[in-house]
Amino acid sequence: MKAFTNELRKDILKMVHNAKSGHPGGSLSCVDILAVLYKKILFVPTEWDKSPDFKKRDRFILSKGHSSPALYATLANLGFFDKSLLNGFRILGSKLQGHPSSRAKLPGIEVSTGSLGQGLSIGVGLALALRLDEIKSKVYVLMGDGEMQEGSVWEALMSASHHKLNNLVVIIDKNNLQIDGATNDIKSLEPLDEKLKAFGFEVKSIDGHNYEEIESALLEAKNSDKLCAIIANTIKGKGVSFMENNVSWHGKAPNDEQLKQALEELC
Amino acid sequence: MLIDYEEIKSPRNAYGETLVELGAKNPNIVVLDADLSSSTQTCKFKNAYPNRFFNCGIAEQDMMTTASGLAYGGKTVFVSTFAMFATARCLDQIRNTICYSKLDVKIVATHGGITVGEDGASHQALEDISYMRSIPDMKVFVPADCEEVHQIINYAAVTKGPMYIRIPRTNLKSIFDPKTYKFNPSSGVKIKDGKDITIVTNGETLSEVMSASNKLQKIGIEAEILHYPVVKPFRYLALKQSAQKTKKVVVVENHSIIGGLGSAVCEALSQYQPTKVIRLGTNDTFGQSGEQRQLMEFYGLSDNKIYEKIIEFMDVK
Repeated sequence: MKAFTNELRKDILKMVHNAKSGHPGGSLSCVDILAVLYKKILFVPTEWDKSPDFKKRDRFILSKGHSSPALYATLANLGFFDKSLLNGFRILGSKLQGHPSSRAKLPGIEVSTGSLGQGLSIGVGLALALRLDEIKSKVYVLMGDGEMQEGSVWEALMSASHHKLNNLVVIIDKNNLQIDGATNDIKSLEPLDEKLKAFGFEVKSIDGHNYEEIESALLEAKNSDKLCAIIANTIKGKGVSFMENNVSWHGKAPNDEQLKQALEELC
Repeated sequence: MLIDYEEIKSPRNAYGETLVELGAKNPNIVVLDADLSSSTQTCKFKNAYPNRFFNCGIAEQDMMTTASGLAYGGKTVFVSTFAMFATARCLDQIRNTICYSKLDVKIVATHGGITVGEDGASHQALEDISYMRSIPDMKVFVPADCEEVHQIINYAAVTKGPMYIRIPRTNLKSIFDPKTYKFNPSSGVKIKDGKDITIVTNGETLSEVMSASNKLQKIGIEAEILHYPVVKPFRYLALKQSAQKTKKVVVVENHSIIGGLGSAVCEALSQYQPTKVIRLGTNDTFGQSGEQRQLMEFYGLSDNKIYEKIIEFMDVK
């Protein structure tokens, strides 16, 4: 798994470097979660809509759409589309839009996101649709902690609880940083676990870079008949020494020198 | 096409009843509301198909994105609340989630326009069409009577993609004959031929315009009336031909003069048939409390006021 996530991290950095823009910090904080999710938990056919089992797939929503490099790298390395497409990230005419676009019809991309605070409500709607159609798949929504400052997130948490959506799993990539600084300084979410519990969730806090912990929490949520939220404690910029916990790497591309150094660290 | 008897009916009832009919035919239809189901009449659908109705509570942003999720899951989703809260409150959700992904979500907003009445400015949506019209892939409809509500909702149910359908709070005079009127999404509707002036309208102002036109007739002014239930995509052909003939256009709408039907008309005419146009609607202002008739009079949308404005306009040669 470590080799796989190193590969994903390298792709993330190369994509952002190549595009001269993008969001490395939040991509690196959530990429371990994505790797475990896609390798161990989700049922999603790589043939995508050409698969006879397409309808039965699990649904994944990247609510923090700016971490698209992590999702694109994961999908490409698992064979959803040709890896060469990663070179088109953020480039005119590419299916790899700056933020995921279902309009672009890239295999693996379920929904469009980018404007924060909407992914969870989309997940609620999808979970309701699956329930109506008696499809047993689950909906996984990966959110950022910063985006939980959006009021609509709490509307969605209420909806999920009200409808007892045990086919919805909420994962929070809690890297404690947002563009303007530390989440605790800007508008604290704490106590986040207590808040989620009060909204009716079973909450599990884990180390979001520990593969075993991620897998066991996700498995538990997958097999649970309760409403589950996982708080994954992560490090923004994880894996690249000079990016770790450094808010300036939220939305900035490394230059040639920095890319070289980062790639060396990931060897 | 037009009926020759008088009848007044509730467009909200027409909406609710149509939903129930559609629900029986199509198990894929789901309906969402935000705590206003008895006002919007989606409660009729709730009573008929409780499993396919979701009350999202007083949380319009959550409702729009939940609707998106249901649409991603293959459902045809009708979403209703008052026009004020269905648009401005969740504009980002409508733009970035519903329209950007071309989802099959039909926003049917009631209580559009100044005729919300006594509730006043906070509830009078006067900019909703302007907001909706500016979003790519959004189609915008303003039906004029209950029969047209019925037909447009039916059209929406079988036509993929995002739509905004605005219906008023007030009861409407019936205009179209259910036996002979067929809603056409690709054209404006010529209600009456005339040679002196073109009046373009839609929604509840159509009956006011028809009444104003009768008065104009008595003093020898032949108005041509064009009804545009589809504000977007705006099919300008009927308008162009009419403007070519009359050389004068008046637009009447229960909406701000900025961004609505008046703007659509000016955009089309300035390019295809430059013509002098006056726009009657709320004049870049908020509304206020009052009785529906009083408000129509105060904001210049009653048949009398339309008549007066047209007389004034006709004198300017």
